[in-house]
Amino acid sequence: MPDRGKGKLRILLGYAAGVGKTYRMLEEAQHAKSAGRDVVIGYFEPHGRKDTIEKTEGLEVVPRRKIDYRGCEFEEMDTDAILLRKPQVCAVDEFPHTNIPGSPRVKRWEDVMVLIDAGIDVLTTMNIQHLESLNDQIRDITGIAVRETIPDWVMKQAEEVVLVDLPPRALLNRLQRGVIYGTEKAQRALDNFFKEPALAALREMALRQTAHEVEIRQGEENVRSHHSEPEARERILIHVTESPASTGLIRRGRRVADYLKADCFAVGVTPSADPVALEQHLEFARKLHIETRVLEGHNAAKTLVDFARRNSVTQIFLSKPPKRRFPFLGPRSVAMDVVRLAKDRQVTVVAERRPSI
Amino acid sequence: MADSERRRPDPDRLLKQVEAQERNTGRGHLKIFLGYASGVGKSLRMLDEGRRRKLRGQDVVVAATQASTSPEVRKILESMEVIPPRIVNGVPAIDVAALLDRHPGLCLIDGLAYNNPPGSKHPHRWQDVEELRAAGIAVVTSINIQYIAERQREIEAVRGKSVSDSVPEAFIQTADEIEVVDATPEYCAARSIEGDQQRQLSELREIALVLAADVVDRQLEQYLHHQGSGAQLYGAHERILVCVTPRSSAREMIRRARRGADRFHGDLYVVYVEQDNLNEGDQRLIRENLDYAHEVKARVELLTADDPIEAILDFATQHGITQIFVGHSNQTGWTSRLRANPVERLVMEADGIDVRIFPNETVDA
Repeated sequence: MPDRGKGKLRILLGYAAGVGKTYRMLEEAQHAKSAGRDVVIGYFEPHGRKDTIEKTEGLEVVPRRKIDYRGCEFEEMDTDAILLRKPQVCAVDEFPHTNIPGSPRVKRWEDVMVLIDAGIDVLTTMNIQHLESLNDQIRDITGIAVRETIPDWVMKQAEEVVLVDLPPRALLNRLQRGVIYGTEKAQRALDNFFKEPALAALREMALRQTAHEVEIRQGEENVRSHHSEPEARERILIHVTESPASTGLIRRGRRVADYLKADCFAVGVTPSADPVALEQHLEFARKLHIETRVLEGHNAAKTLVDFARRNSVTQIFLSKPPKRRFPFLGPRSVAMDVVRLAKDRQVTVVAERRPSI
Repeated sequence: MADSERRRPDPDRLLKQVEAQERNTGRGHLKIFLGYASGVGKSLRMLDEGRRRKLRGQDVVVAATQASTSPEVRKILESMEVIPPRIVNGVPAIDVAALLDRHPGLCLIDGLAYNNPPGSKHPHRWQDVEELRAAGIAVVTSINIQYIAERQREIEAVRGKSVSDSVPEAFIQTADEIEVVDATPEYCAARSIEGDQQRQLSELREIALVLAADVVDRQLEQYLHHQGSGAQLYGAHERILVCVTPRSSAREMIRRARRGADRFHGDLYVVYVEQDNLNEGDQRLIRENLDYAHEVKARVELLTADDPIEAILDFATQHGITQIFVGHSNQTGWTSRLRANPVERLVMEADGIDVRIFPNETVDA
């Protein structure tokens, strides 16, 4: 959590476009300004919404930086200009945004971290569907694989996460009135993303995530639980392979480790059928701040279980093996071998989140 | 068994849903703004919604206000029609008779958790709201988490003091919409807060968020079950199911599951698939473990089935379970190389559910 001398990060968390995150961000920026702080807008996306634009009145806007990409001109937040201006507080919309190639940093959240490091407080906005560890569940709910994600450890850097809530019905009403998008775009949005049960599920996730963020900021001694006895720290080992299911497994392992306050590391076993894919998955784990190791061994299950025993791993995370037509013909899956070998450990087999309707 | 069969909604739930629907027909819509402390801005948000609805042409009146020094609140009130409350012995009560007479489309009631003065038709304001809704009047109202009856013990433990007024959570659950007014403690009110109070507010905030999530979850579940065929559950909420057998180290699993469920703000279920021919010692073991499950407030259920794995998976699907906890299989030897043991079957057949397998005695974990 935040260092001294660094700026404070405050995330306004929503669950869909139109719940009022940008509005709240500007409202808080105005609030900070009237309390005598030096506030600028680093980036804000008006989406042509009148009441939102009105909220910027009287706030200084740092002009965006123009970037030429393939003959077109794009605009991004001008982090250098903000550093030069050095305000006390900077409002930055759309935290998970990916910058156009040619920008100094790939992700806007990386720009925000630069501002924070320079001692500037940042107010920013994001939706729950951009949180990395929820990516698979979100895809099941919305049918959309979100590409622009915020690693969970980045969210943990925030001093506060605040929920911007709005019941789905009210959101749908707004959409129908054309408040959120122009009306032509609204119908498309209604048809696609904005289905009421999906919105309710996303909202529930945002509520629970915010509750979790509130709880972890209360400090260890205050965690409310039925049991007060101190708990030995869990050590979770994630078995990463070349299989595409590995990314979902890594996200799930990361999430469970965060909630259980467990140590977490990822291990791949070589030789692998696809060393490139294996390395990509290990790289993905490292991006989520998971330490990785590569082990050598021709019997992957045995290599893994031996490693787990030597390193006092309490829980091994594996992907569920694919279903076979004749399950007991052919070679056994590594996962099932681990289940048999590691009877002295906890083994968690993670199934892909894909509800079959 | 086909997945589609498992995903079929539970008929009891469907019935409940239909009953709830019938209860709701013709009734006024209820929206509740839920806060965790005074000063988070519930009154302003509520009145602002009323103001905007009035601008859009709805017939809106204000039936109760709270003493507020906020100029923004006062400004909105000036533009609204107010039905003044009756004051009996200095205690305000909304004027239900006048409201029924005036019969607006929407009525704003700031502060749901008031007790009415003696001699009123109903002892509690929330009962007045019921009456307005029954007459087809929509209500938008506000409440602080510490006034919700079922949460009061938990909240007293945090705040160290109690309040006398309360609203049953069942009433909150009847709301068509609930909106959380969230702000971090330092943004509440102008007064500076520190240390202990900061922590208290933070805990209250957490409770309010989880309560709202539970309400959303229940409504979502009702909605999905009402849809019949598309009754999949979304897994937005972690639900852990512990399967108890005489061989498993059930107590350890239940203990860890409880902790996991708490950390995830999720639910805990414990099932035992009844087995014949248990010796006395095993029966006692099962009883002790189920007692322990009750003690830690798990939802405990006994299942009878020829095929325990199928029974567990059916239960898991019906209850939207996201994680199943079981003990490792004890089968060893050469036969187990050929046949899948029950745990392996569970793993392979559990779609979209994590299976966490535990050692049968605590080793060093």
